Amino acid sequence: MEGTLNALVVLANYVVIPATAYGAQLALGALGVTLVFGILRFSNFAHGDSMAFGAAVTILTVWALQAAGVSIYPLPTALLALPVGIAATAVLMILTDRAVYRFYRRQKANPIILVIVSIGVMFIMNGLVRFVIGTEDIRFDDGARFIVDVRGFKAATGLAEGLAIRSAQVTTLVTAVAFVAALFWFLNRTRTGKSMRAFSDNEDLALLSGIDPERVVAVTWIITAALATTAGVLYGLDKSFWPTTYFQLLLPIFAAAVVGGLGSPLGAIAGGFLVAFSEVAVTYAFRRAAGHVMPEAWMPEGLVQLLSTDYKFAVSFMILVVVLLFRPTGLFRGTAS
Amino acid sequence: MSRVRLRTPVLFLLVAALIVVTGLAQSWNVALTIVNMGLVSAIVALGLNMQWGYAGLFNIGVMGFLALGGLAVVLVAVPPVAEAWAAGGPRTLAGLALAVAALAGAILLRRRMRPGVARGLATAAVIVLGYVLARAVFVPASEAIERVNPAGTGFLGGLGLPVLVAWPLGGVIAAGAAWLIARVALGLRADYLAIATLGIAEIIVAILKHEDWLTRGVKNVVGIPRPVPYEVDLLSDPAFVARAHLWGTDPVTAASILVKLAYAALFLVVLAILLWMAEKALNSPWGRMMRAIRDNETAAEAMGKDVTRRHLQIFVLGAAVCGIAGAMMTTLDGQLTPGAYQPLRFTFLVWVMVVVGGSGSNWGAVLGGFLIWWLWVMVEPIGAWLLGVVTMPLPASSALKLHLLGSAQHMRLITMGLILLLVLRFAPRGLIPER
Amino acid sequence: MAGAHLLGEAMTGGYGATDILHACTIEARPGEIAVIVGPNGAGKSTAMKAIFGMLRLRGGRVSLGGEDITRLSPQDRVARGMAFVPQTSNIFPALSVEENLEMGAFLRRDAIRATMEQVFALFPVLRDKRRQAAGELSGGQRQQVAVGRALMTRPRVLMLDEPTAGVSPIVMDELFDRVIEIARTGLTILMVEQNARQALEIAHRGFVLVQGHNAYTDTGAALLANPEVRRSFLGG
Repeated sequence: MEGTLNALVVLANYVVIPATAYGAQLALGALGVTLVFGILRFSNFAHGDSMAFGAAVTILTVWALQAAGVSIYPLPTALLALPVGIAATAVLMILTDRAVYRFYRRQKANPIILVIVSIGVMFIMNGLVRFVIGTEDIRFDDGARFIVDVRGFKAATGLAEGLAIRSAQVTTLVTAVAFVAALFWFLNRTRTGKSMRAFSDNEDLALLSGIDPERVVAVTWIITAALATTAGVLYGLDKSFWPTTYFQLLLPIFAAAVVGGLGSPLGAIAGGFLVAFSEVAVTYAFRRAAGHVMPEAWMPEGLVQLLSTDYKFAVSFMILVVVLLFRPTGLFRGTAS
Repeated sequence: MSRVRLRTPVLFLLVAALIVVTGLAQSWNVALTIVNMGLVSAIVALGLNMQWGYAGLFNIGVMGFLALGGLAVVLVAVPPVAEAWAAGGPRTLAGLALAVAALAGAILLRRRMRPGVARGLATAAVIVLGYVLARAVFVPASEAIERVNPAGTGFLGGLGLPVLVAWPLGGVIAAGAAWLIARVALGLRADYLAIATLGIAEIIVAILKHEDWLTRGVKNVVGIPRPVPYEVDLLSDPAFVARAHLWGTDPVTAASILVKLAYAALFLVVLAILLWMAEKALNSPWGRMMRAIRDNETAAEAMGKDVTRRHLQIFVLGAAVCGIAGAMMTTLDGQLTPGAYQPLRFTFLVWVMVVVGGSGSNWGAVLGGFLIWWLWVMVEPIGAWLLGVVTMPLPASSALKLHLLGSAQHMRLITMGLILLLVLRFAPRGLIPER
Repeated sequence: MAGAHLLGEAMTGGYGATDILHACTIEARPGEIAVIVGPNGAGKSTAMKAIFGMLRLRGGRVSLGGEDITRLSPQDRVARGMAFVPQTSNIFPALSVEENLEMGAFLRRDAIRATMEQVFALFPVLRDKRRQAAGELSGGQRQQVAVGRALMTRPRVLMLDEPTAGVSPIVMDELFDRVIEIARTGLTILMVEQNARQALEIAHRGFVLVQGHNAYTDTGAALLANPEVRRSFLGG
């Protein structure tokens, strides 16, 4: 009995908790991708770098706040700085839309041209981020480290295995839930939100109904900026901020969005958690958990790990391939066909 | 009409002038280095142009195909490590064979059994069992290999053949990988192919970085044999030194320039052959059909063209060209550095080359390869100079000035993005538009 | 609510270089149903689109309630009180029925509840299904959503492009009954129909188009009685 409990604690500690936090980050990222796809109808490859830009501005604000002696301990200062990052990213995205995307939208250009255009934007944003904050690995979580720590948990439960819940993980989850709830409330309950869904659903009829496309697009970019910045900051809080990782996040984020069905917000969330849990579970070494429930003699050699963590991209990729092969429209039918 | 005909040679002359100016202003060594990578870039751009320009296939996994070409160089040219082979060579290969067999078995089951829960379970069981078995054979063997003199070798090495053999082989390996991806992702939306290629490229590079038994991973494989003479050998040759003095040049510079010229000659031959073939293909009925499919897929399908099959063909061909270029790149470097493969530089930069040169135009791709590579190299010094001018009024110790000067290298990315956006907006057909 | 007099006068125009409409005149009056019929390719839908501003006219004019609207965009015409139900893609499939109606009233700033009640009174089945995604409804119900959405702007003129395309005869009769009911409230109705006979039966005014010309223009009953019209267009 205690063995099972210990095994469960190990799994919670190394699989469930990290994957939940990571899943929330991916879900926020995938929501941004899926929203742009639904309204503007192209896959935005600059999204990873938008996340990095939002996070970079937030970090600069954190430093400014720290210098001014502002703190909301035990919460990380980054939460206080987040609105600044969102605002800056929203301004950047709306300016980008005016300067770049709008031209192609008016021309009714082929979506693939917009994808190439987004690659150009990606280059510029990537350069901009490096310009602003450099290429160093930055840790900016100055809040309390743990909500539950290993020693405390062991003392309280008397179990051999400890459980640690880092505050960054809880912050991630709470912020993400609040954000997603607000987003769904906005999309389903407000006039502007409904007009966005209508626009995504049937653009011509939306125009006939008097919905202003430029307004819908502007609101979309603002929400995308908020989602991207939040995802970027939460990921950075949980792990660390390194501009290159944000480009690499593009793959799991797109996998999540495609798996859920491009254009479907609910699908993006489900996809985010599916990708995160698969990635963590497949690359986790189960040896320690197995040790608690299996007799010594049965223990296999090695780490009992399906795939080395070096190949975590491969997991998102495999999920993507399986979905593309068997259900190209995604788990939740999106607007892509 | 004559203006259109003149345009191509004039543009090429302009790029040549840029390189000559670089040679005069900096050094011929720098200029020749740019020429050599320019030649390789032109070939990669040619390959991507086949996929995107002829057929409209959105491949953003160029980096992966280049890396496979690099792997081919190691597998071909590096001498075998006998000790490592003895430690676990056959067992490693057996492990891989087991994995492939399991996959083949699963596919066979899917074909033979009737759809249903039983089939799903059976295939899953075969895959899982095969995977576990393959790993059980493979992991200890590869670890044994990696333990053999890890600081010096720790990998199987290659076949010890002449490095030039690796160039076509690089093409073949890349083509094989492309075939696998194409089977899955072709026929789906363009963005899905994009994401799939992006993913496979990341995985290929991850394999190169982490499978030490194969590529030494981030420890790099250095000293790959060359297809051209070594500077040291030239310098120890009295005849060469005497001739250098006769030309009135320093022998060390002469040797390094001669080596670079030799590479340039080799690359030029490959580029000429590929360009000739590409031009022939593009202007043949096959090429016209390809473009017809690109311009109107539905109509082509209605006319009885097997669109997916044609796409598969061109995707594999384009990837093969990228693989050849990847092998040439690694040969030129003389080493395989898996950590150096970055998507911005090895995938998206190639896109800039193709779009700027003119999608669908072979000569455009070649021009774009040279021009954008020259820019990529030169933007940094130009950017540093520019920032130096801009920050002139600031005091030397100003933090902002130091930050800006230190950031000159990031001008590269911004410049490339701007160029891409400007060309897409104001000259969407590129410098040398498709005819 | 009051309808408005709609007049497309001597309209000439088409999509490319060639004209589809040749001095074609269409008129609809408040409280009346006007129907455009004719063989395939006669330019019926084109005439409708011309009136709604989705087609540039080379000649002629369009007026609504006496005001010249020839140069206005479709969106501006919606704001002036015209509502258009396209033949296909005329609903928001992922939105609920209620949200479809709300989107119809997007431009209105006043309370829309009363109008929605009127639509539900007209199409009771929509009230029961108001939380359901419109894309999940049957063909006939979807047409009801489409018409309901158009009515939500409280238009003066309602334009329907082949509302009965692809629905069963029973549903068609039902839909025509509703159209009559809407006309009785005083609205102006202009409709393009493939089912000429049934449409003319409910029409106050019919326009038979042939190759973009007005071939016959009369009351619906008179057209039905006209032996030439019967022979050429109504199958005897």
